[in-house]
Amino acid sequence: MPELERHSFDVLVIGAGGAGLRAAIEAREHGLRTAVLCKSLFGKAHTVMAEGGIAAAMGNANESDNWQVHFRDTMRGGKFLNNWRMAELHAQEAPQRVWELETYGALFDRTKDGRISQRNFGGHEYPRLAHVGDRTGLELIRTLQQKIVSLQQEDFKEFGDYEARLRVFQEFTVTDLAKDGDKVAGAFGYWRESGRFVLFEAPAVILATGGIGKSFKVTSNSWEYTGDGHALAMRAGASLINMEFIQFHPTGMVWPPSVKGILVTESVRGDGGVLRNSDGKRFMFDYIPEVFKDKYADNEEEADRWYTDQANNRRPPELLPRDEVARAINSEVKAGRGSPHGGVFLDVSTRLPAEEIRRRLPSMHHQFKELADVDITAQPMEVGPTCHYVMGGVEVDPDTGSSSVPGLFAAGEVSGGMHGSNRLGGNSLSDLLVFGRRAGAGASEYVRAMAERPVVPEELVTEARATALKPFQQEGGENPYTLHMELQQSMNDLVGIIRKAGEMEEALQRLEKLKERAQALTVEGHQQFNPGWHLALDLRNMLLVSECVAKAALLRTESRGGHTRDDHPVMDAEWRRKLLVCKVSGDGAEVTEKPQIPIRNDLLDLFDRAELEKYLTAEELS
Amino acid sequence: MSYQGKFRVWRGDDSGGGLEDFTVEVNEGEVVLDIIHRLQATQAPDLAVRWNCKAGKCGSCSAEINGRPRLLCMTRMSIFEEAETITVTPMRTFPIIRDLVTDVSFNYTKAREVPSFAPPKDLAPGEYRMQQVDVERSQEFRKCIECFLCQNTCHVVRDHEENKEAFSGPRFLMRVAELEMHPLDTADRVDQAQDDHGLGLCNITKCCTEVCPEHIHITDNALIPMKERVADRKYDPIVWLGNKLFKRS
Repeated sequence: MPELERHSFDVLVIGAGGAGLRAAIEAREHGLRTAVLCKSLFGKAHTVMAEGGIAAAMGNANESDNWQVHFRDTMRGGKFLNNWRMAELHAQEAPQRVWELETYGALFDRTKDGRISQRNFGGHEYPRLAHVGDRTGLELIRTLQQKIVSLQQEDFKEFGDYEARLRVFQEFTVTDLAKDGDKVAGAFGYWRESGRFVLFEAPAVILATGGIGKSFKVTSNSWEYTGDGHALAMRAGASLINMEFIQFHPTGMVWPPSVKGILVTESVRGDGGVLRNSDGKRFMFDYIPEVFKDKYADNEEEADRWYTDQANNRRPPELLPRDEVARAINSEVKAGRGSPHGGVFLDVSTRLPAEEIRRRLPSMHHQFKELADVDITAQPMEVGPTCHYVMGGVEVDPDTGSSSVPGLFAAGEVSGGMHGSNRLGGNSLSDLLVFGRRAGAGASEYVRAMAERPVVPEELVTEARATALKPFQQEGGENPYTLHMELQQSMNDLVGIIRKAGEMEEALQRLEKLKERAQALTVEGHQQFNPGWHLALDLRNMLLVSECVAKAALLRTESRGGHTRDDHPVMDAEWRRKLLVCKVSGDGAEVTEKPQIPIRNDLLDLFDRAELEKYLTAEELS
Repeated sequence: MSYQGKFRVWRGDDSGGGLEDFTVEVNEGEVVLDIIHRLQATQAPDLAVRWNCKAGKCGSCSAEINGRPRLLCMTRMSIFEEAETITVTPMRTFPIIRDLVTDVSFNYTKAREVPSFAPPKDLAPGEYRMQQVDVERSQEFRKCIECFLCQNTCHVVRDHEENKEAFSGPRFLMRVAELEMHPLDTADRVDQAQDDHGLGLCNITKCCTEVCPEHIHITDNALIPMKERVADRKYDPIVWLGNKLFKRS
C-alpha cells in the first residue's frame, strides 16, 4: 500500500463556491491555517452559473428599501417556514457583504450617480439585485478567487510561501469525514488527477458543497452537485432539515434535448420578459394565489405600468416567487397549451429593443444563439421547469453555522433553514456571502477555544480507503452510469415538481433496489482521473440524499413552496410549525418531526396581522 | 435525425498515447461534449475529460477539435458533415494528465504573479463611486471564464516552452490591463506588464481573440492599449527626458 499523503490545518473548507471561498477568507483573516478542497479547478464552482444578481437592501434604486423589507420578502417567499434568525441576519448583513466585494475588486453595473445598480427580481418588493449583466455568479467567484490570491500574495511577502496560511487543493474529492469521539477531526479523500488518497487532520470542517440537483434528470446543476456535503454531514451524525423542499426554477431551456434544463435567468422576466402559452395568452394572471393578490397586478395594463411606476402599480405576475411560476408553467403544459417542445414561451423580443436585450442579457443571447439557434431579440424562447436548488440542508446554528456535531460547520446551499420552503432569486449569492463569512468566523472561534486538538483514529483511514476502492475489486457488476441514469429518471418522475403518495412510495422502493445494486458496482480502468470511479463514489451520496428527499416529501401532507402534493394541495398552518429532520439510520435515512422555532415577536410585528393570518395558526396569533 | 458519427479521440497519459477510433450515436442539437459523455456511458467509462456547467460559463471543457481550440460544450455537432471524422485532442500547450485532461497549473502560477487590486485607502466599503462607462472597459475583460484557450493557442508559448517563464500569456496580460483600467485601482501596472509579464513578446497576431469563446477583444482592447501605454512611458522621447530630469522611478 503506498504511503498516505497527510496534511494538517486548523480549518478545512470543503467546496470552493461562493460560501466556501468566503468562509476560507474569513478563517485566514482570523489568522488560522486554512485549506480549501474542491472537486473542480479553482474558480469553476457552480456559483459561476448564477446569473441574475445578489439581493441586498442597499436602497440604491429605491430609497424605501431596507433590511426589514428584505426580511419580509424572504419570509413570504419561503412561506414563513424559514429560520427567522437566518433570514434576519441575511437581510441585515447582505449590503455589507456586497460592498466588501468592491474592495476586493468586483465591478458591478452602476447607477447614474455611480453607485451599484440594482435590478428587479421575483418576490422582491424593490429593485434589489446587485448585478453584472447576467453573469453575476462569474463576477462573484472571480472576485473571491482573486481575493484569495491577494491573501496568498500577502503571505508570500511575509513568509516567502504563497500557501503558508491558505492553500487550495483543487480537483480533490472528500469521501469521508473523520471524527475523534464526538468531535470532527478531519477528512479523507482522493486527488481526482492521480487517484491517490489523502488524509487531512483538522479540528474544524466547513461544508460548502452546494446542492443535490444531479439526482434529477432535468437540472440546471453541474456534475459536482451530488449532495456530498449533505451526505458527509449525515454520516458524521449531523441532521438535515427541509429536504422535501426542492426548487424547480420555472425557466430552463427545453430544446434541444442536450441542453434541457440549462438555466434561463429570471432577469429576463425582471427586465420585462413575459410568459405566453400556445394561444399567445399571458397566462400568469390566472395563477396569482390568494396570499399574493394584493401585491400582483391582475391585468396587463397595470403590470406593464409597473416597470416605470412602481409606487402606483402592482407587480406583474411573471415576477411571483419561483414555485408559483413553475407550477403555473407545469399546469399550462399539462392542459395542452404548451410550446412545441413541451415548455411555454418566454418572450423579451417584443418587450425591449434588440440593442437593450443584448446589453442586459448578453449571456442569454449568446446561450440561445449558440446552443438552440434562437435569436432572443427576434423570437421567443421555449422554457420549462428545471431542478435548480435544494432549500434543505444541514441544520445549523444561524449565528455561527455550527451543526450539531462539534467542529462541523455548513454554509450556503448545503445548509438548511434560511430559505424555508422556497428561495427567492438573488437570495442565494447573498446567503453564500453572509453565512460563508459567519461559518468562517464560527469555525475560527471554535478552534481558538478548543483545549486539545482531536486525533484521527487510524482504523478510519483503513475503512475509508476500503470503501473508496470497493468498486475496483468487484467484477461483473453494473456500470455506474446506468445506475445514475435510473436514479435521475426516478427522482424526476416520482419526486419531482408535483408529488403524490403512491409515486413517492414507488420511488422509495426503487431507491432500495438501487442501493442494493450500488453495492455491486464495477469500475473499469485504474485510479488516475477515472470519471467512472468518481461517479461510483458520488452515487453513494446521491442515493442517501435522494432517500431523505423522498421520505420527507412523503411525510409532509401539505403543499408549500418547493413541495407540491397533488393529493394534499393546500398549505396547512399546522405544518408550518413542524420541521422534518433527516438522520442516518442503518444504511439509509430516517425522518422525524420536530417543532419549528417560533418567530421572535419584534420580527412578527414587521407584518400586518391580516398577512400573518394566512400563514400562522390562531394559537400562534393569540 | 440520429446518425452514427465517426470520432478519433486522443487517449493516453504523460508516458504516451494516441488517437483511438470510435463510432458513436449523434442526435439532433447535440454538442461534442454530449458525444464524449455518450462514449463514457457506453464504450469508454474511464475516458477522462474535464467539464462542469455544460453551458459555456465555467470554461472547464477546453480541448482541440479538428485541431482548433474550442469548448467541447459549445461546439455543436451541426457544424460538421455527418460523414466527417471528428478528431478530439487535449490542449497542446499544457502537459498531459490523461486523455483530454491537461495540467493547467501554469495558469494558476501566472495568476498569482499579477499584483492584486489595490483599493484606494481613503474609501470605506459602500463609498465606491464609478460611472458605468468607466467600468465597462474592465468589465469586458472580467467576462473571461478562464478556459485558457487563449493561453493554449498563443504561439509565444504553444511551441516555445522556454517562453513560459517570462510570459504570462493573453489571459493574464488582460488581467493586468483590467486592473490598469479599473477606475479605482491605485497601482501602476504599465512597467509591470512589460517587465514582469512579457507583454513585449506578444506580436499581436490576434490568435487569442479568435479562439475566445466569450468573444472578448483581447488584442484590440487589452493588449494593444497596454502596449501603447508602455510605448508612451518607455519610448516617448519627451517622457524619457522628463523621467531623466525629474528622476521618476
